[in-house]
Amino acid sequence: MAQQGRASPDGAPYNALRVMMACKRPSNRSMLEADHLAAHRGSTTLFQDLTFGVEAGRALVVTGPNGAGKTTLLRIVAGLTAPSGGTLRFQGSVVQPFDAMLRAQVLFAAHTVALSDELTAEENVEAQVKLAGSAVTRDAVRKALDMLGLGAQRTLPVRVLSSGQRRRVALARLRLVKRRLWVLDEPFTALDAAASAALAASIRSHLHDGGAALVATHQPLNLEPGLLQALAVGSAH
Amino acid sequence: MHSRVSEREDPATQGAPDGVLAAVRWAIARDLSIAFRSRTELGVTLTFYVIVVTLFPLSIAPERSLLAAIGPGVIWVAALLASLLSLSRLFAADCADGTLEQIAMSPFPLPALVSGKIAAHWLSTGLPVVLVAPLTGLQYGLDAQSLTVLVASLLIGTPVLSLIGAIGAALTLGVRGGGGLLALLVLPLQVPVLIFGAGAVDAAQAGLSASANLSLLGAALALAVVAAPFAAASAVRVALD
Repeated sequence: MAQQGRASPDGAPYNALRVMMACKRPSNRSMLEADHLAAHRGSTTLFQDLTFGVEAGRALVVTGPNGAGKTTLLRIVAGLTAPSGGTLRFQGSVVQPFDAMLRAQVLFAAHTVALSDELTAEENVEAQVKLAGSAVTRDAVRKALDMLGLGAQRTLPVRVLSSGQRRRVALARLRLVKRRLWVLDEPFTALDAAASAALAASIRSHLHDGGAALVATHQPLNLEPGLLQALAVGSAH
Repeated sequence: MHSRVSEREDPATQGAPDGVLAAVRWAIARDLSIAFRSRTELGVTLTFYVIVVTLFPLSIAPERSLLAAIGPGVIWVAALLASLLSLSRLFAADCADGTLEQIAMSPFPLPALVSGKIAAHWLSTGLPVVLVAPLTGLQYGLDAQSLTVLVASLLIGTPVLSLIGAIGAALTLGVRGGGGLLALLVLPLQVPVLIFGAGAVDAAQAGLSASANLSLLGAALALAVVAAPFAAASAVRVALD
């Protein structure tokens, strides 16, 4: 049980985070349930007592000021970092970092694009998809890149692509890897309007297929409000 | 260039032998493609080795008996330093661009993926050194018998250098100035390899059997192949946390 209302390092009473939930408390059908999660960076408390659930078919939009711990929260959910308190349940069972279930069911797109500068766009996408354990053909990779408007760039080394183009290459993975939970960290960064709309469409179709998503973003997510849940991370002012 | 991993579809089979093999193949194929695209980096390691080995005959008296005596040791030290030169890049590039997170999150077993990366590192930096070693050995007047043993000892020993080095490379991920720290961590652990490797060639020069030294090198390789990928994988997970 995390300690509520404990003093912050500077002596002021620690103002617990506002956790705004557009939906009810986590129910039994939640794909992901976080129970009193806490994270610290050194002696600083990033967040604590963070309790939320993500249901299948819903996207949880994580918002908060810079440095509030959004990325840390996403890394905890993806199983890359251990929380300093609380538990995480995925499909009903408690999961630890690098849990086999998380590795098989969670797709994590960090703010880094995970592309090798030396390889071409299609080689990169193919390698990413195979690394995720999915079979893929070069044709499927080409089709995915074409749909993202990268048909002309697919045989170029990623080194020569612009940052927006790199992000689009990185997002091709979303169309080729089957995962139940998408964890996306600032996915709209550097994307133009068309690419943002395509990404929103990808997320929508993922949710319609019964998937769930956790999206940290500063931009409003252009989806039907019924599909969205909200979570604000960060100390109250 | 890319291996076929298409036969496996279900990530739930991870841990199965074909999952391990597919993971090793994935990592070797990817890292070798990258290595061949950036040929300068490949050339730097090999050129560094050749230059270090060549410095000694140039800087000391070109006396045949002296060169023959120091030859095996110098060649082994140069191979060790060349391996060290490229080790800091083993995980650093993947860590910087986020690929390492994806590798750690893959349904494939992480030690298998790390093994593949180590194998690719050896193929792109260790094997070229083994192949030019007989040429560099000629500078020291090593006879045919000694050159054969030299190649054999390097063939068994340089993979151990990559395997031990991978643990250090993973441990120093994200450390500022990690290259120097990596050398401090790894060099003491690699000393036995150096002793047995150079010792094998010394024995051959003295007309003795090199099999004892080569067997010990083989034992070190067997131990490192089994243990190092797991240690490096754990260190990678710690580095990502």
